[in-house]
Amino acid sequence: MRQTFNNTQPIYLQIMRRLCRQVVRGELKAGAKLPSVREMALQTGVNPNTIQRVYTELERLSIAETRRGLGSYITEDTFRLKQLREELKSEQIGSFIADMRETGFSPEEIVDGVRKELSNPKA
Amino acid sequence: MSEHIASFSNVTKKYLGQIALNNVSFDLPRGKITALVGPNGSGKSTILKLTAGLVHPSQGSVTVNGKTAERRIAGEVAYLSELDVLYPFFTVAETIKFNAGLFADFDEQKAQEILSFMQLDPSKKVRHLSKGNRGRLKILLALSRRAPLVLMDEPLAGLDPVVRDSIIKSMISYLDLQEQTVFLSTHEVSEVEPVLDLVISVREGQIIGMDEVDHIREQYGLSLVEWMKETLAK
Repeated sequence: MRQTFNNTQPIYLQIMRRLCRQVVRGELKAGAKLPSVREMALQTGVNPNTIQRVYTELERLSIAETRRGLGSYITEDTFRLKQLREELKSEQIGSFIADMRETGFSPEEIVDGVRKELSNPKA
Repeated sequence: MSEHIASFSNVTKKYLGQIALNNVSFDLPRGKITALVGPNGSGKSTILKLTAGLVHPSQGSVTVNGKTAERRIAGEVAYLSELDVLYPFFTVAETIKFNAGLFADFDEQKAQEILSFMQLDPSKKVRHLSKGNRGRLKILLALSRRAPLVLMDEPLAGLDPVVRDSIIKSMISYLDLQEQTVFLSTHEVSEVEPVLDLVISVREGQIIGMDEVDHIREQYGLSLVEWMKETLAK
């Protein structure tokens, strides 16, 4: 399955984000094994060097770890994963708030609006 | 081992007085997939032929793996020509055997794997293959070699999307970037972009840009096609 990428962000970052979201959604559990670099490259249709970079970056952020000769795993450090969840949350909310402010909404209007939308049964 | 698999220093190439390349210098890093992009007649094929040692510079020097590029480096370079170079009277299996005899680094087991991946019929004569399947066979021959440098001149040109996709997939599966470096030319930029590390843009015999694909996206927020348009328009 080839995946599509947007044009304005490095591909490695886009893949990192996808993996982080999968972790936060619980699709990738603590301690789960990640596909090998080549498998992942095939799944995503990108250069193995790019996947290597993704894994290295995830390791740098302590989200994944490489076990010599065994491959890469999502960390078993559940505290770090909770932290990741919070990080993604504040990042998303932050960019939403910045957008809303730019459009001229006050904090009260934003909070009210969000509450209203969330209580809407379709949300 | 130097970190560069190939180096051009002040290379000029003239064909019958016509300048094809004008004072070109660059280093090709190991273990990466690098693409040459640019309009027709800009000098992409000339750069690949010089790297393969198939033509000689009029001025300057080309080194591959620390040696001067000439005919004798053929054992270290797998070169996929843009032309049809297969013998039409051979079957697919005979073509593979023939190439295995030609190159010491030819891996017949890998060739068999790619053969089944590409779903090529080994008993079919090259003459009776479709253009797409000839393209697949050429890729098979290039990828079956354990050459440190793999050169591909327009590997996707004139092939339909299904064939192009199978070629790109086979590159991901069968190249060994720990040991190998790929240098290719292409017009199908948006299609190969996800598998590229670096890109070099060429115009009128000169190199006008060389950068990492992810860096281009990060720095300029541009896809490769847009970057190309920008660098080539200057």
